[in-house]
Amino acid sequence: MNIIEVKNLTKRFGDFVAVDNISFTVEKGEVFAFLGPNGAGKTTSIRMMTTLLAPSEGEIILNGINPQKDQAEARKSFGIVFQDPSVDEELTAYENMEFHGVLYKVPKDVRRKRIEELLKIVELWDRKNHLVKTFSGGMRRRLEIARGLLHHPQVLFLDEPTLGLDPQTRNHIWSYIMNLNSLEQITIFFTTHYMGEAESIATKVVIIDRGKIVATGTPAELMKKTSADTLEKAFLALTGTTIREEEAGAIDHLRMGRKMHHR
Amino acid sequence: MSINVIYILWLRQIKRYFRSKARIVGSLGQPLLFLLALGFGFGPIFQKAGQGNYIQFLTPGIIAMSILFTAIFSGIEIIWDRQFGFLKETLVAPVSRLEIMLGRTLGGATVATLQGVIVFVLSLFVGFHIYSLIALPFAFIFMFFMALLFTALGTAIASVLKDMQGFQLIMNFLIMPIFFLSGALFPLDGLPKVIEVIARCNPLSYGIDALRATLSGVAHFGLLNDSIFLFIGVAVLLFVGSFLFSKIEA
Ligand SMILES: Nc1ncnc2c1ncn2[C@@H]1O[C@H](COP(=O)(O)OP(=O)(O)O)[C@@H](O)[C@H]1O
Ligand SMILES: [Mg+2]
Repeated sequence: MNIIEVKNLTKRFGDFVAVDNISFTVEKGEVFAFLGPNGAGKTTSIRMMTTLLAPSEGEIILNGINPQKDQAEARKSFGIVFQDPSVDEELTAYENMEFHGVLYKVPKDVRRKRIEELLKIVELWDRKNHLVKTFSGGMRRRLEIARGLLHHPQVLFLDEPTLGLDPQTRNHIWSYIMNLNSLEQITIFFTTHYMGEAESIATKVVIIDRGKIVATGTPAELMKKTSADTLEKAFLALTGTTIREEEAGAIDHLRMGRKMHHR
Repeated sequence: MSINVIYILWLRQIKRYFRSKARIVGSLGQPLLFLLALGFGFGPIFQKAGQGNYIQFLTPGIIAMSILFTAIFSGIEIIWDRQFGFLKETLVAPVSRLEIMLGRTLGGATVATLQGVIVFVLSLFVGFHIYSLIALPFAFIFMFFMALLFTALGTAIASVLKDMQGFQLIMNFLIMPIFFLSGALFPLDGLPKVIEVIARCNPLSYGIDALRATLSGVAHFGLLNDSIFLFIGVAVLLFVGSFLFSKIEA
């Protein structure tokens, strides 16, 4: 069964085509890696799948629902860890978790238990009552991830979740996520620049570059196709070696000015 | 409708308010200055013109002023939430826009009412005295309604503005006129026709009048008119605010 179906999806910002007629499917329970250089259109695609942005053209079906037409129903099906900061600085780590749990209607006892478990995994439990504005970039990132894992949706979108985290933390977090995936059949849809992560956990990879899909397959298939011995080499073979500038939007500039940005 | 969702959104506003001590103290400076400078400055003229004690007249207007500003700012906070990224978190959650709008607005209105109550208490030290203890709880209720109305207005504004750049415009061409053309500082009798018509269309006029009626025992429009117009104002702005908020994008 396909839990996500994307058909001829396009997004234009003025004359600029950020996502250019892409189509793919994700099966239920799959660990799906959506890879591409900076500015490829990954976040824009995720924003369309998660009701935050209207497509210019094309169709998305998520858990049998069209997120454009039936936003309220679609929102019950997914969880998301955003690429950009989205925690409330004026609240404590615990309060941010609690807020999320109530919004997603996680029953109180489950909520309490999971908040403790997750904050321990991301090593923020002893800082749980501190205001987020006192946290470092890495701590905020860990909180964002913990919060995203608090409710158990059908599909979990993770947009560069582990960016900037040390290998130990990344391992802990991924093993927790893989456990969720196998125990509860939660579909994982993630983006990352760490090709090693994708190589070791993804069951399917789609590579997108300049808005277009350039390759689809399992990591093994992509490596075979490009005669590469790692996914990273396959990725470079498929997308070239030129460096992409990531253009920040107006809001991003503002955040950078406020030292909120940590890439 | 989930009470828990509305409650947690309300609670967030309250926590943010009590945590920013600087904001509480800072936003008391202006009303206090107005009360002292205008109250004592214009007091003698007001008295000579046969209008009675100016502090007695002015205090409800200044309470309303601090409610107006605090409420609008609480509504406008949505813009900051968008810029700090937190708005996304609420917008992708499986809760209705109406619940989000209601929770936030009730929270903002509670904060603005508290601010009004603090100004009221301070005014007692400046020489204001209430005319009836029995009417006092009603004054607080009117404060809350005023707060609700203007928080909803702030929400409506924030839903339309993309960033703080348009805010100066809103401040000078909407919020300041609402305050100055409301009868907060001067009586509404015998005014030029234009100003009188504007004041009559201004919801703050009715809020202030209701506060004067319940705190000082004098009214221009009368409590019944005040209640009706405030109620209509709250209903209309909650509706408009919810509508505009439902169209908001992260
Ligand atoms: N709101 C927007 N307005 C204009 N251009 C945008 C907007 N959002 C994204 N873009 C552009 O679309 C392209 C794809 O961005 P994005 O999806 O964030 O890439 P990725 O997540 O793959 O790094 C980039 O060139 C980016 O500058
Ligand atoms: Mg991105």
